[in-house]
Amino acid sequence: MIDKLKELCQLNGASGDEAKIREYIKSNISADKVIIDNLGNLLVFKKGKKTPKNKIMFAAHMDEVGFMITDISKEGFLSFGAVGGINPSVVIGRSLRLESGVYGVVGTKAIHQQSKEERKKMPSIEEMYLDIGASNSEEAEKYVSRGSYAYFDTDFFQFGNGFVKGKAIDDRVGCLIMMEMINGTPEYDAWYAFTVQEEIGARGAKAAAFTIAPDIAFVLETTTACDIAGVSGSKKVCELGKGAVVSYMDRGTVYDRGLYSLAFDTAKANNIAVQTKTLVAGGNDSGSIHVSRGGIRTCAISVPCRYLHSPSCVIKESDYFCVKELAEKMLSAAANI
Amino acid sequence: MNIKSILKQLTNEIGVSGDEFSVSGIAAELLTEYADDVQIDSFGNVTGVVMSSRSNSETLMLDAHIDQVGYIVTDIDEKGFVSVGSCGSPDLKMTLAQSVTIHGKEDINGVVSTLPPHVQKENGAPEIGDISIDIGMNKEQAEKIISQGDRVTINSCFKELYGDMVSAPAIDDRSGVCAILSALEMLKGKDTVYNLVISFSTQEETGERGAKQTSFRFQPDKCIAVDVSFGRTPDSAPKESAELGSGVMIGFSPALDKDMSESLRKLAKQKNIPFTVEVMPDSTGTNADAMSVSGKGVKCCTLSFPIRYMHTPIETVNLKDVENTAKLICEYVLGGAEND
Repeated sequence: MIDKLKELCQLNGASGDEAKIREYIKSNISADKVIIDNLGNLLVFKKGKKTPKNKIMFAAHMDEVGFMITDISKEGFLSFGAVGGINPSVVIGRSLRLESGVYGVVGTKAIHQQSKEERKKMPSIEEMYLDIGASNSEEAEKYVSRGSYAYFDTDFFQFGNGFVKGKAIDDRVGCLIMMEMINGTPEYDAWYAFTVQEEIGARGAKAAAFTIAPDIAFVLETTTACDIAGVSGSKKVCELGKGAVVSYMDRGTVYDRGLYSLAFDTAKANNIAVQTKTLVAGGNDSGSIHVSRGGIRTCAISVPCRYLHSPSCVIKESDYFCVKELAEKMLSAAANI
Repeated sequence: MNIKSILKQLTNEIGVSGDEFSVSGIAAELLTEYADDVQIDSFGNVTGVVMSSRSNSETLMLDAHIDQVGYIVTDIDEKGFVSVGSCGSPDLKMTLAQSVTIHGKEDINGVVSTLPPHVQKENGAPEIGDISIDIGMNKEQAEKIISQGDRVTINSCFKELYGDMVSAPAIDDRSGVCAILSALEMLKGKDTVYNLVISFSTQEETGERGAKQTSFRFQPDKCIAVDVSFGRTPDSAPKESAELGSGVMIGFSPALDKDMSESLRKLAKQKNIPFTVEVMPDSTGTNADAMSVSGKGVKCCTLSFPIRYMHTPIETVNLKDVENTAKLICEYVLGGAEND
């Protein structure tokens, strides 16, 4: 599982540039029907042992947060914007990789040259510049053009007691669970939507839900965990190692109460660790899916993840297996309700 | 000698101030090819000598520091999160959500915690006390591997950028080490006017300490401190920085020997070596400050080259500048007293 997750996370695919992810997934699944729609969503049908009464759809997004080059200065420095929500503090001081494979670095003038105020202030992404070592725009334009993408260039590793660190774990982890479900022997027929453009407003899921027209949808995601030093009580939101996170509400969705209860009952019956969030925060493809067509009963099952939208997303392996197992059990549980 | 591959080799090694022995080992090995009596002292300083065949030669010390900025473990909390202090002055703005290595009994990976937007008060730079490292284990387990005083570095590695530009941690001042090694390569087989002492010194970033020891031990007549300086970036003031690729920077400062500065400038002009003048109206902030007041006093000058993003994991240098610095060192060593 870890090797596959590493391969998926090290691939670059920000919103609108998901081709590499789509190709990887497509060539690593055995399905009964595969559709690539106009937006680039990968819609997969897999027959199970039985045909359910309800049409069930699972969804996970392929895209990750990244950067788009907005300008090239005559001195050869690149300006860029964030694709998706990225805190400037996780951009400064690291290297990015351009689509062309060229490396660049994001820095500021030296600490010694900064005033007291400047040392305290975090520059905005608009103020930052990417340095690929070019000394003028002509040199830079050999490797980059306006509108091309840049990505976090970072490591992927396991650490501590079963923790995993990498970029794009949000939501390649959901993609991998769906791939494993497709390649397994599912109890019931189901659709699996690998969606695009989640990070810029859950856009791909709109088309995917329309096309598949499910009765019930399960979104497999990552969700913010803030169980770190100096944070206590409800501000932790949820905790790594405490299992799958099932949400009752976030900023995009008030979740179907029946499915929410069913998820907890199913988890309990199958001895799967499950938790919920202690703060109404975040959002995902559910926001688009549950209001699609005449309304779709939707449930989000997430892997708790620290430092979301940074080059260092951190999850715990055991939570991955809780989400996967709960997703499989929910397929059976929701098939005929 | 291939400057790029030597710099890659040197920057791949970790040596945060006060814990430089692994990089001392590499530097000593590289120096052995060019110098005699190569030694590593109890502080990790690497020294070697190249004797002139002439009698009564003056002793010239060439110094570059081998330590790098980083962090040091100060505490492990109940849940296993690790607090750190600064070793040298790294730019704390660049720490959040970085993957790091704690150099304990074994190297272990971790991630610098960062608060998600919903619990963050303001989006400012963190203070050192705010930084905590997530190592994914509890205190009891952590204490078996790491302890207070272990060094921490941000994971980053050598990368080739456009043309002659490269980026890596510890370019400050391993590229200075590289410039001196490159100068020694150019001097191979040539008779030097000076007896040379090479000093790859430790703990510069925490107060120019290693160079105090090496300069005391050898009592040189003159010294050139080879270090990095500020490279031009879009947000830096032109008078406080030099363009990358503009050559070697010759130091002028009340703390430096005026004649040495002048003769290095004259020599660079004469030999067509690209250079700029670096004016430091106070002291220099380099090992030259410590070395010049060592023992009975040492005539010092600085030769620098501009780098961008000093004290970050992505320090960036133009290798041509390193090469031009080596050339000027070489010419000076060959030119002798007639320089001054």
